[in-house]
Amino acid sequence: MAVYINGKGNISPQKTWGDEPLLLSPLDYVGNKLTCVQPDYTEFVDVRQLRRMSRIIKMGVAAGTMALRKAGISVPDGIITGTGYGCLEDTGTFLTKMVESYESALNPTPFIQSTHNTIGSQIALLMQCQGYNQTYTQRAFSFENVLLDSILELKDNPAQSILAGGVDEITDVSHTIQERFGIYRQDSLSSLALFKSNKKGTLQGEGAAYFVLSGEKTSHCKVSLVSVATFYKPGNNLRSDIESFLKSCSLECGDDDLVLIGKSGDFSPDHEAELISSSLFPNSSRALFKHLCGEHPSASAFAFWLGARIIEEQQIPAIVLERDANRPLKNCLIYNPYFSNYHSFILLRAC
Amino acid sequence: MTLAGRIHVAGAGVISAIGNSVEETLHSFRNNLSGIGSITLFDSVHKDALPVGEVKLSNKELEVRLGAKQDLTRTALLGIHAAREAVKASGIDLSKWRTGLISATTVGGMDKTEEFFDDFNSDPKKGRLRKVVNHECGRTTEVIADDLGVRGFISTINTACSSSVNAIAFGARLINHGLLDIVIAGGADALTKFTLNGFNSLMILDQKECRPFDASRSGLNLGEGAGFLVIISDRVKKEGNVQTIGYVSGYANTNDAFHQTASSPEGRGSFSAMQKALAMSGLNPSDIDYINLHGTGTLNNDLSEGTAVARLFGERYPRLSSTKASTGHTLGASGGIEAVFSIMAIRHQCVFPNLRFEKPIPEIGLIPQQQFEAGIKISHVMSNSFGFGGNCSSMIFSKD
Repeated sequence: MAVYINGKGNISPQKTWGDEPLLLSPLDYVGNKLTCVQPDYTEFVDVRQLRRMSRIIKMGVAAGTMALRKAGISVPDGIITGTGYGCLEDTGTFLTKMVESYESALNPTPFIQSTHNTIGSQIALLMQCQGYNQTYTQRAFSFENVLLDSILELKDNPAQSILAGGVDEITDVSHTIQERFGIYRQDSLSSLALFKSNKKGTLQGEGAAYFVLSGEKTSHCKVSLVSVATFYKPGNNLRSDIESFLKSCSLECGDDDLVLIGKSGDFSPDHEAELISSSLFPNSSRALFKHLCGEHPSASAFAFWLGARIIEEQQIPAIVLERDANRPLKNCLIYNPYFSNYHSFILLRAC
Repeated sequence: MTLAGRIHVAGAGVISAIGNSVEETLHSFRNNLSGIGSITLFDSVHKDALPVGEVKLSNKELEVRLGAKQDLTRTALLGIHAAREAVKASGIDLSKWRTGLISATTVGGMDKTEEFFDDFNSDPKKGRLRKVVNHECGRTTEVIADDLGVRGFISTINTACSSSVNAIAFGARLINHGLLDIVIAGGADALTKFTLNGFNSLMILDQKECRPFDASRSGLNLGEGAGFLVIISDRVKKEGNVQTIGYVSGYANTNDAFHQTASSPEGRGSFSAMQKALAMSGLNPSDIDYINLHGTGTLNNDLSEGTAVARLFGERYPRLSSTKASTGHTLGASGGIEAVFSIMAIRHQCVFPNLRFEKPIPEIGLIPQQQFEAGIKISHVMSNSFGFGGNCSSMIFSKD
C-alpha cells in the first residue's frame, strides 16, 4: 500500500518553506551550532498563545500548520510526533530554577511544557484534534517510528490524513553539555565545507518538519513513502539487513536512483557509511544533507523533506550532490547512521 | 480496526512500592497493604511534607540484585528488573524470534541529571558527564534492550502518564501486521526531585496519603516502578507451545484537546478512548468485569474519569478500583504496571482494593472496590491511563 505525502512543512537551519526554488541560496554557518531560520510565527499562531510557547513548540506548531495548509486540511485524523531530546528549554529552565530557589515558589509552566508530548498535544489543542495522538522518543529512530506508526494506521484505514513529524531543538545548556562530550568540531569556519576535510566531530543542528500522510492521494502529490526500517546495533548484519529491507520493497540494491546518506562529517563513522554506500549502491546517485541541517535526532525528517523535494523537482541540487549517476529520480533511499549504533532506512518513490 | 490473530500475553513483570515481583505484589494486595510513605531515596525540602510510593530498594541494592553496572539510572534499573521478570515468566527463548522492545518513560535518566545539575549550575565546566550520558528517554530503552539481548527493533514512547498503554498497543499492532513475533512492552519511571517539584508547583500533590475516587480526595502521591508484558503472536504460541495468561482484545488512543494539564469536565477524551477500545474488542460495557481506573486522586481527574465511566457503564457498572492508592502515581510506568495488575486479575480471578475510600464523589456516586476479593469471574479487564497534553488511552485484556 502506498502512503502519499500530501503536504510538507519544514523549519530548519536553511530556508526550507515558502515557494522558493529548492535550496536556492544555502546558508553557511561559522561554528558548530546550526539553529533554525524561523518564520514569522504570527502567521501560524495567535500572539497571546505564542507568548506562552517555548521555541520548540512554536517551531512544531508552525511546521505542522504549514504541512496541513499545503494538504488543504484543517484538522488531521491523528498527530504523530518524534523527538529525541524533547522540550529541552523548558526542562532546563525548571531544573535551573529548582536548584537556584531551593525547590520553592516554582512556576509550573516550564514543568508542564517539559514533557515530550507537549508539541503534539499543543497542535491537537490548537486544532481541536481529538483523534490518535502519539509521541516517540527513541533518539535517531524517533521520526522513523513516527513513519512506521503512520504506515500501520493508514494500512488499517487509508482514508485518514495523519500529521507526522520530527522535532528537535538546541538550547544553550544542551549545547554546552554535549560539547563537553567532544562530539562537535571546535574550529569550523564553514558548515557548507563540512565534508571537505577529514576531521573528527560533527556540527549540532535542529529542526521541525511535519508531513501530511494519507492512503489517498491529492492531485498535487508527487511522492509516496514506500517503507521504513530501523536497526539498533546491527553489527555485522547491517549489509544483509539493508538487502532484506530493499527486497521487502521489491527492490534490489542497484535499483535505488538516489541514496541520501546521513554522513555527519565525523571521519570515522563516515568512513563506515562510505564503505557501505559505495559497495551496496555503486550505480546510484549519492547526496549528503547534514552540512545543511546539522546532526540531531530528527535529522532524518529533514532528509525526508529533501528527498521528496528532489523527486518533485527531478533534480539534485549541487550543494548536496556527492556522486551523480544521471538517473531519472524515481526511488530515493534515505540511509541515516547515527553515532554508530543507529541505522535507519526510508524509501521514497515518485508517484 | 480488528486484529488478524490474537495478541497473547505470555509473561508479566512488575516492581513498585507494593512489591518487587508479581508474587510480592499479589501478597500486598491480598493484605490490602499500601506502599505509600516518606521520601528516603533522595534529599528534598519536601521530604517530610509529601508522601510518596517508593520502591523499597536503593540503587545500590538494585545494582547488586541485577549484577548491573554502576551509574545506571534508577529508571533503567527498575526497567531491567521488571522486564527480566516478564521474560523469565514467559519461558521463551527470545533469540529464536523477531523480538522488539517498546518501553515508555517520562523522566528517563532525570534522577542522575539532577545530580549533575547541582554542580553544573554553578560552573558549566563542572558535573560528571557520566551522570548525564543516560539522560535521554530512549537511552533507558537501549539499556534494557542491551540487558535482555534485544537487537534490531527498539522504541520509546512518551505521552506523559498514558505512555505505557501506548507502548503495549504499538507492540500489538506491530505483531498484528506481521512485523514482529514478540514484543516486550511496558514502561519504567523513577521518582525524581524534578517530578516531585513539578507536580508540587501545580498544587496537585496530597500532603496526606491519597484517596482516589473519594469525596475528600485532594491530590495524588507520586510513585515509581516498572511494569512489562511479553506479548506474542499466534505462531509463537503454537510453535513454541507457550502457556499464555490472556490476550489483548482492544485498545484506543484519543486526545481530550481541552487543556494542557486539565481534563474536560465530561471526560470526552477518556470516554471515547474507553468506547473505542470496547468497539475494537467487540465487547459490550456489561462484558467488562473489572476496571483498573486511572484514578490519580486529583479533584479534576477522578471527577472527569468518573463522569465518563458513569456515562459509558450506567448504573450497573463493573467492579472498579484505582490501585494508585497502593502504589502512588508512577507516571509513564503506570500503564505498564496496571497492565500487569490487569493480567494478575485475570490469572487469579480477583480484584484489587481502592484503599482509603470512605465517601463517593457526590456528582457521580461511584463506589469502588474497597477490599481485595478473590474467587470471582474475571473474563475481561479494562485499564485506563490518561496524561498531560490530553493524551487518553484505554486497553482491554481478556481471559484465554
